[in-house]
Order: sequence, then C-alpha cells, then structure tokens
Amino acid sequence: MIEANGLRKTFNKGKVVAVDNVSFTARDGQITGLLGPNGAGKTTTLRMLYTLLVPDEGSMRIDGIDPEVEPLKVKRALGVVPDSRGLYDRLTARENIRYYGDLQGLDRRTTQSRIDQLVKVLDMSEFIDRRTDGFSQGQRVKVAIARALIHEPGTVLLDEPSNGLDVMTTRALREFLRHLRSQGRCVVLSTHIMQEVAALCDHIVIIADGRVAAEGTADELLQRSGEKNLEDAFVRLIGSDEGLLA
Amino acid sequence: MKAVFTKELLDNFRDRRVIINTLILGPLMGPVIFALMISFMTRQATERMEAPLELPVVGAEHAVQLIAFLERQGVEILDPPDDPEQAVRDETHEVVVRIGPDFAEHWREGRPAPVEIIVDQSRRYTGASVARVRGYLSAWSQQVGQARLQLRGLHPDLTRPVYATVTDLSTPESRGGMLLAFLPYFILITVFMGSMHMAIDTTAGERERKSLEPLLINPMPRWQIMAGKLAATTFFALATLALGLVAFVYAMGFLPVADMDMALNLDFRVAAWAFLLVAPAALLAAALLTILASFAKSFREAQSYMGMVIIVPMIPSLWMLVDPARAETWMTLVPLLSQNVLILELVRGEPINFVWVGLSLASTTAVALLLALIAATLYNRPRLIFTSA
Repeated sequence: MIEANGLRKTFNKGKVVAVDNVSFTARDGQITGLLGPNGAGKTTTLRMLYTLLVPDEGSMRIDGIDPEVEPLKVKRALGVVPDSRGLYDRLTARENIRYYGDLQGLDRRTTQSRIDQLVKVLDMSEFIDRRTDGFSQGQRVKVAIARALIHEPGTVLLDEPSNGLDVMTTRALREFLRHLRSQGRCVVLSTHIMQEVAALCDHIVIIADGRVAAEGTADELLQRSGEKNLEDAFVRLIGSDEGLLA
Repeated sequence: MKAVFTKELLDNFRDRRVIINTLILGPLMGPVIFALMISFMTRQATERMEAPLELPVVGAEHAVQLIAFLERQGVEILDPPDDPEQAVRDETHEVVVRIGPDFAEHWREGRPAPVEIIVDQSRRYTGASVARVRGYLSAWSQQVGQARLQLRGLHPDLTRPVYATVTDLSTPESRGGMLLAFLPYFILITVFMGSMHMAIDTTAGERERKSLEPLLINPMPRWQIMAGKLAATTFFALATLALGLVAFVYAMGFLPVADMDMALNLDFRVAAWAFLLVAPAALLAAALLTILASFAKSFREAQSYMGMVIIVPMIPSLWMLVDPARAETWMTLVPLLSQNVLILELVRGEPINFVWVGLSLASTTAVALLLALIAATLYNRPRLIFTSA
C-alpha cells in the first residue's frame, strides 16, 4: 500500500517544477495506473517513491514505512521496473537476475528456486541462459521484471512497462500484472496509453503538469467528466489533448 | 559489496577485448618496449665504439705523420668531400677533420699547429665519433709533446703537476639502476592503464547502459555499491601490476647486461617489494579514475578525461629524469613521487630503508583512502544517477 501526500519536486533550483502537490493512494490487491502525457511528472513521482529522488515537500508511506527515514527498508519492500531497463549485456539473463538476488541479500538456493519460478511464469526458458546482448525489447522487459521481483516485494512499481512491446508481449504482460494483483500485491504502473489503464487498472490517477487532475475508477472518471469514452474523459480532465498523440 | 565485486569481475572477464588489453597487452607493453629500447641502445653504442672510424681529412698532405698515427690506430682516412661544412650539415659525414696549409709551418716552429674538427654537436649520435677523434688527436699531441721535452732533456712529468684519478664506487647494480630509471614510470603507468577500463566500465559505462538507476534501487547503501566497484577496479589494477612486474623480471633476463658491466637488480624479491610499494598507488589510481569517470555520461566522454589523467603518473617520473635529485625524506611523503624514488633505490641495490617504505605506504594509502571516500559519496548526488535529470 502506497500513500503519497502533497509531493512536490523541483529541478534547477526551483525553476522547473516537475511535480506539484501530488497525492494518491494505491491499495494492495489493486492495480493503480498513473496516467498522463509525456513530461507530466509520472517518472519523477515514481522516482521519489523508490527513493532515488527526495521530495522538496510532502510525505510518503509505503506499507507504513517512510522512505526518507528508512530508505533501505522501503527498497526491500519495493520491486521496481524503471524506465531504463539497464541489463548487463555480457551477463546471461539468469546472471542478471541472480546479481539482484545477491544485492537483495538472498541466499543462492532461494534465488535459484525463485528464478525457476519466474522463468515459468514469464515464459523465459528459451533465453534465460543466453547473454542479454541482442535481446528483444520484450525479452528485456521480462528480465527486468524478474529482476525486480526476485525478492518477492509486496509493492511493484513499473514505469511505462509496455513501452516498445508488441501486441502479444503486451497481452502477456497484462496477464502477468493481473497475476500479481491476484496475489494481493500493490501494483502501480505509469503509462501514457489510454487503452492500457482502461484494460488493466482498478484505480486511475491522472497526472498533468505535475498535478493530480483526477482520480478514481474508470467509471467514476467517465461520470465526472460527463463523456462517453475514456479518451474524451481524459482530454476533458487534463484540459488539453497535448501528449495524447505521442 | 561482495556481490558487486564479483559481478563486476565476472562482467569484465566476459569481455575478451578488455582482458587482452588490460591483462595481457598492458602489462607486456612496458617490459617489451623497455627491453627492446635498451638492447637496441646498447647494441648501437657498442657498435659505434668498435666499428672502424671513417674519417675524411682535408689537407692530409700537410700532416703526414699525424695521418700515419691515425692509420696505426685503425682509423680509415677518407678523401675529403668538396665542401666539408656542407657534408657535415647534410649528414653525409658525422665529422670531418681539416688540416690547414699553415700546419707544417707552425709545426716546424714549435707552435701549436691548428687542426679543425668540423661537426654539428646538436646531432647527438655523432658524439661517440667526435670523442674518438678528439681522443686520437690528444693522444698524439701528448706523445709528440713528451718526445719534444725529452729531446731537451726534461722529464715529461714536469707537465703533469697533478695526477688525478677517479675511484668509482658504483656497483654493477647501481650502474644497472641508471638503466632502470624508466622503470618506475612504466610500473605506475601500468597501474593506471590497468584500472582505467574498469573504472570507466563500472561508472560511466553503467550510466551509459542505464543500469545505474535500477542498480541503486537495491536495498544497499550507495557507498557499499561504490566500494564494491572500487574493489573490483583495484583488483584489476593490482593484477596488471603483478603481471607487469613478472613480465619485467623476465624481460630483463634477455638483456645483454653482463657485456655492459652492469647488473639489473630486478629479481622476484625486488619485484615483490615494488609490488608492495605500488599497491596503495593502485587504490589511488582506481579511486581517482573512478571519481573522474563518474562524472562522465558515456564511455567516450570518460575516455577523453582519462587521456589527461594518464599524464599524472608521468609527472614525477619525468621530473626525476630531468632533474635527478637525491632521495630525501620529504619525497617519500608525496604519493607517486615516493614510489618513483623508492623503486629507483631498490633497483640500485641499496639496503631497504624501512622508515621511508613505511612513510610512502602510509601517505599514499591515506591519500588513496581519501579519494576512495570521495568516490563513495558520489552516488548520493542525483545528478550523477540520471542521465537526463
């Protein structure tokens, strides 16, 4: 469970306001989508949640833990698939994942059995022992996800997970995220793709210009905007169609 | 930290190019260049000393006895070129001797008879030949002078009020030490080269691959991640250092040092001392290069910084070559300079000064740890994490 309260983050000594007063709650057993055009502040918000950025103002709790007080404890509770997948090309997929198991402080036997499990769920058996050099986007995302989940975190953050994926892989990814939800985990993903949130998310947080423009289930958002489909609702709620075509 | 260390080693050992460059070519480069250079130099020198001297003489007819003397010494007298100055200038001849028409007249009157040695002294390779010509001329001059005194009933020793001799205390080892003056430079450069690739790959490379952000999300203090990287880089530097020293020991075995009446005091015992002395410098190099590479956004950018830094280990070595100074205590407190001074002492076969060794180790380690500490805090800056933030 994530509670964000009045988060604010500026860059360049306050000249660029990336995130301004963002508050939302993401519950366990739900998929929460941060929806917004490019540059709206989704990634910055996520980076604050996974402690790589310190907010200028506001507070956060992840499973009741304050990231600013206990960053290491929060990191253990989180599984993160950042925007940059960043695999090591000279290592095999298995070695990439095992490295993160080691960094999480897991013993080798646990890591081993979890990798076997993830290979099955994410359908990676074909390439798990190949070097990641030359992997397709889909294969990379799978490795990045497996890497992020090796310590079985209760909360999973994904930054634009379906970026660069083909239709089949996207479907498999959505299936997997539902699988995580069914395990009772708190899943948060950011995206600028309408269909994604519509198909997947129980709870939608629309972010535009660094602020929360609206929040609720898909139906609630439709009702509030008075539009018939989500896309129009989205445009109405953020007040422009900027970024939608990206 | 161990996890980072082992992963970085595994990662880089997978890269065949890195292994060949840093663990094979790097350590071999120094000794091979060094050995070739020295053996070439010594061969050239002995050849010059032993080959018959070819000497064009202008006006040989004015000094028949002198020419006869030179020929007895094995000098090959050549016909003079038309323009002796031009011949020396355009390097057809290293040296030309001109005997003027007034030679015979001066000679008969017992006045110093002029002989001109034409040479371009800025051409260093002619030095040996010129020295030989001078030597022959003064030998003959002395011989004739003594004969003249004896004719007048005087003892030739009258002209030698002082008899100066030189007692050379240099040992074959210390003479070999002169030859090994380059050694510290090669050793230090090996260490910097050895850590260079690793320093870039673990920092700038990590940013370029965009794997730094996911890496830092792991529940591990950032200084520990950096420490693991630094340990891996230092390990590489030490490995190249060890391999380089072993290569040096073997390469020196191929040099014809006995012919030069020198002994190269570079066996495994000396190499082990050198390793101990330079080991803290390996950490220093690793930390320094890591700090620099951390600021670079890409491999290429980092490499361009490295080009400048690689000069750092050269400064003390060059200084010692240009201005050879006596080893003093303060020198052992300056990192990189102290390694230079102490390795030179070592290869001269001097007894080991434990205080100096201790000071060098302590001061270098202190500076290296300080740099390592700075490196460890670098990842607390968000600017260094995100490529575009």
